[in-house]
Amino acid sequence: MEFIKIIIIAIIVNNVVLAQFLGICPFLGVSNKVSTSIGMGAAVVFVMALANFVTFFIYNYILLPFGIEFMRTISFILIIAFLVQIVEIILKKSAPSLYQALGIYLPLITTNCAVLGVAILAVQKDFNLIESVVYAAATAIGFTIALILLAGMREQMEMTKVPKGMRGFPISLVTAGLLSLAFMGFSGLIK
Amino acid sequence: MSNFKYLTNGLLKENPSFVLVLGTCPALAVTTSGINGVGMGAATLFVLVCSNVLISLLKNLIPDKVRIVAFIVVIASFVTIVDLVMKAFVPGLYSALGIFIPLIVVNCIILGRAEAFAQKNTVVRSLLDGLGMGIGFTIALAIMGSIREILGSGSFFGIKLLSENATTILLFILPPGAFLTYGYLIAISNRIKAKLN
Repeated sequence: MEFIKIIIIAIIVNNVVLAQFLGICPFLGVSNKVSTSIGMGAAVVFVMALANFVTFFIYNYILLPFGIEFMRTISFILIIAFLVQIVEIILKKSAPSLYQALGIYLPLITTNCAVLGVAILAVQKDFNLIESVVYAAATAIGFTIALILLAGMREQMEMTKVPKGMRGFPISLVTAGLLSLAFMGFSGLIK
Repeated sequence: MSNFKYLTNGLLKENPSFVLVLGTCPALAVTTSGINGVGMGAATLFVLVCSNVLISLLKNLIPDKVRIVAFIVVIASFVTIVDLVMKAFVPGLYSALGIFIPLIVVNCIILGRAEAFAQKNTVVRSLLDGLGMGIGFTIALAIMGSIREILGSGSFFGIKLLSENATTILLFILPPGAFLTYGYLIAISNRIKAKLN
């Protein structure tokens, strides 16, 4: 029951992009096409769950026992950068077809603030290992859903006549605003 | 005086929020009031200036292959300093900004300026560039924060503008208001840019 609650909150009630404003850069950057958003989403799910898995051990077995919690930011960001590199190398060697599909999105993930943000939030919320990984995966799925929804709307918008000054970022942001408004309807779903 | 243009570059011509559209996450998330916007801007300004100066000092020592990692370590160190200082001296603002203080590390503006400017330029120019970009970002957040605060809670930097029971447009301090305000502000800045050219 606890897990279902975490999953529903992370995916729709407290959506990472539309309610918490994490990962806005890739949200606006790669949401041109539905196909690229799915690729980016898959890469994020993978890296985010892995990052939370590793940072859980680093925080609880290295930072806490030595009393150096203030090193959290610096150690987490390095671990994430390192993980992304490793995943890239492993995928390139062992699963070239998957690498073809996800490859270009992987380097972008290091600067995706949602990955670091979720790792820090999981530590702040005192999640245990399984909760932390479930939370990360659910958050990343929420990210993917928001990305695909916006990409679908932007594909439709290419056919319409948008006022000159509103083209590009402004219209995408206004669209995201309306999407966020729609997601606010879920806010009463779980107490 | 030839260095002056590096300072003004970040203020208008390449304003990080309205023209380059970098650092969007904090710009949307923390601008629920003017004071939060300024606080976030000031924290970013500090990190940006310090990391620009340090990276331009170290530019000949950092091997090219590990430069991104080195930049991240420099930036993360300054972010940790800001994090601890704000926790100690402005706990109210610290809890309002929350997770977005440690997330200054992944603010694209800072790494972007380190990569595109500080590692190629002199210390003085990097300092001015950091100041300009940081102030430009702070002004942008202050404008966004003020607009959302006036419309959403009927006050300006904490000063009440309306009577107690006046109705305000609550939407503007909620997440959708952030997207809408930011979208229209970029549209206005595009329009001004088109007029100027």
